[in-house]
Amino acid sequence: MWVKVEPRQEASRRVIYATPVLAVGLTVLSGYFLFLFLGLAPAKTLYHFLISPTLTFYGWSELCVKAGPLVLIASGLAIGFRANVWNIGAEGQLTLGAVGAGGVALAFWGESGLWILPLMCLAGILGGMLYAAIPAFLKTRYEVSEILTSLMLTYVATLALGILVYGPWRDPMGFNFPQTRMFSDSALLPLILDGTRMHLGILVTLAVAVAAWMMMARTVIGFQIKVVGLAPAAARFAGFSRNRTVWFSLLLSGGLAGLAGTFEIAGPIGQLVPHLTPGYGFTAIIVAFLGRLHPLGIIASGFLMAISYNGGEIAQVEDRLPQAATGVFQGMLLFYLLACDFLSRYRIRLAATRREASPS
Amino acid sequence: MIAESIVNISAAVISASTPLLFVAAGELVVERSGVLNLGVEGMMLMGAVAGFAVTLTTGSPILGIVAAAAAGAVMALAFAVLTLTLMANQVATGLALTIFGIGLSALLGSGFVGQPVPALPKLHLAGLSELPVIGPVLFGQDALVYLSVILTGGVAWFLKRTRPGMMLRAIGESAASAHSLGLPVIRVRYLATLFGGAAAGLGGAFLSLSYTPMWMEGMTSGRGWIALALVVFGSWRPWRVLAGAYLFGGVTILQLHAQGAFHLPAQVFSMAPYLATIAVLTIISAGPWRGRFNAPADLGKPFRPSV
Repeated sequence: MWVKVEPRQEASRRVIYATPVLAVGLTVLSGYFLFLFLGLAPAKTLYHFLISPTLTFYGWSELCVKAGPLVLIASGLAIGFRANVWNIGAEGQLTLGAVGAGGVALAFWGESGLWILPLMCLAGILGGMLYAAIPAFLKTRYEVSEILTSLMLTYVATLALGILVYGPWRDPMGFNFPQTRMFSDSALLPLILDGTRMHLGILVTLAVAVAAWMMMARTVIGFQIKVVGLAPAAARFAGFSRNRTVWFSLLLSGGLAGLAGTFEIAGPIGQLVPHLTPGYGFTAIIVAFLGRLHPLGIIASGFLMAISYNGGEIAQVEDRLPQAATGVFQGMLLFYLLACDFLSRYRIRLAATRREASPS
Repeated sequence: MIAESIVNISAAVISASTPLLFVAAGELVVERSGVLNLGVEGMMLMGAVAGFAVTLTTGSPILGIVAAAAAGAVMALAFAVLTLTLMANQVATGLALTIFGIGLSALLGSGFVGQPVPALPKLHLAGLSELPVIGPVLFGQDALVYLSVILTGGVAWFLKRTRPGMMLRAIGESAASAHSLGLPVIRVRYLATLFGGAAAGLGGAFLSLSYTPMWMEGMTSGRGWIALALVVFGSWRPWRVLAGAYLFGGVTILQLHAQGAFHLPAQVFSMAPYLATIAVLTIISAGPWRGRFNAPADLGKPFRPSV
């Protein structure tokens, strides 16, 4: 028996949607052995890690709180990835968005008005867009890799936030903790369910995901993005500008990351702190791929990643699993997904003889 | 007094440059073969934690250094299997390698945080180390520093003067042509990727065994990415990459010294290496010399032999 690998004429749709499931399966299996290696009871730890976060209503509401920013950022990133624009600096754009929105909240601290939240959102989106405009400008004008610039800017953004919360924006009554004042009520997102932390931003996120889907499936710009990514030569021939696609996808993903930052500080956090997220900007990259760059898939994979965050916390308390296990789980998932994608582009067959096994 | 501070600063610059040099020299070989591995940050961290853990438990820094190189190479192997055999997207796989490496190194290293390990001993070269000024700067470093320079020289010699080196460059320029000439494209790319991983592991080990002899989660703080930029800055030439690494080491040390001299928040100075990376990339891509320093033509393009 010989294994025969032949390319498929067209990527199999059925396999494309089956691979994430396969990847999750392989990740859970590897997690079992990883926990065993770490000297933990693997079945119990896996249960805490994957099942416990989904057992209660409050658990689900917490998953929504975590999945929200991931889905919002990933919706933007996925559009860029389709066009081969690699914005991996969403974490930095989120930070700058939060700085913009937080600046508004602090400037109007103590005042009330329905206009404060929309103004914060606007500032957050603009902050993220401006920050994403730097790699976009350098890419379109000088051909500098947006991968490196957007990532470098993430480190700069974190440091800039540090300057503000350790310096001029520090809460004067905050016992010298590096954090701003708690925002006033008008700068906080209303909750949509009592007794949970679910806020209005989650509904906005859902609307954005659906809008992103409509845009990619139904509009000319969505079509152009797909062509630029799949067939750059054909796109040039059709007169679709690559530079416009770079600008569009970076500004869009930057703006959405900035909005996600706004929702974080106006929602669960309620102030500016030195570390705003447990790496949502990077995890959103995985969410986008695991969701097959498709908005509905992104919502599903956003929930899965939220489980890995919340389950990681539960297992940290129950089994003393180091917090870093969440990152390992997420990285493994992306690895397996990329490996399994081989199956959608190639067909593997068992052939009886070697002669047959060599494709022409 | 002045001579003394020149000695101290120069020695610190060399020390800050060495991890970058290891990683960039390795990645240069990888990219010259046409493979773009963005997972260097992850491989570096795995090297750092493996080197630290093995040195601490066995007491032998040599074993630690070997383990670091091996850990980097194992990570690179995962990347190679995915991108070269399973034809996965190189950019996405590199990002996955980084995310995975950050997580796994933190997980494996969680028991080692805060433990001290003796720094690598400085080599003492009889006679040379006693020379004024240049003695302590050039001849009072630890073995890894010399190894990084030797490695760069070796890479330069290999690429320029040897037959396998020429094969590797041909494969990076056009995998299809190289394949039709009968060159083993996939095998060479595998080996190049593994070499790059081992070098990244060594860069990580230098951080955790010499630069700051301890283990800390995410202790590379973007150095892997800066090394990637250095390869572009050095236009894929080993000695220019070395010059770039020392320039960046200089920026790192300079900002540390500037922190004491000016009344500005420390973070302003910490931004310097990252901003310098962006500036340098822009200058390299924008200047009148643009186009003369091209990347290998097949960089990042997947290749699968049809037979």
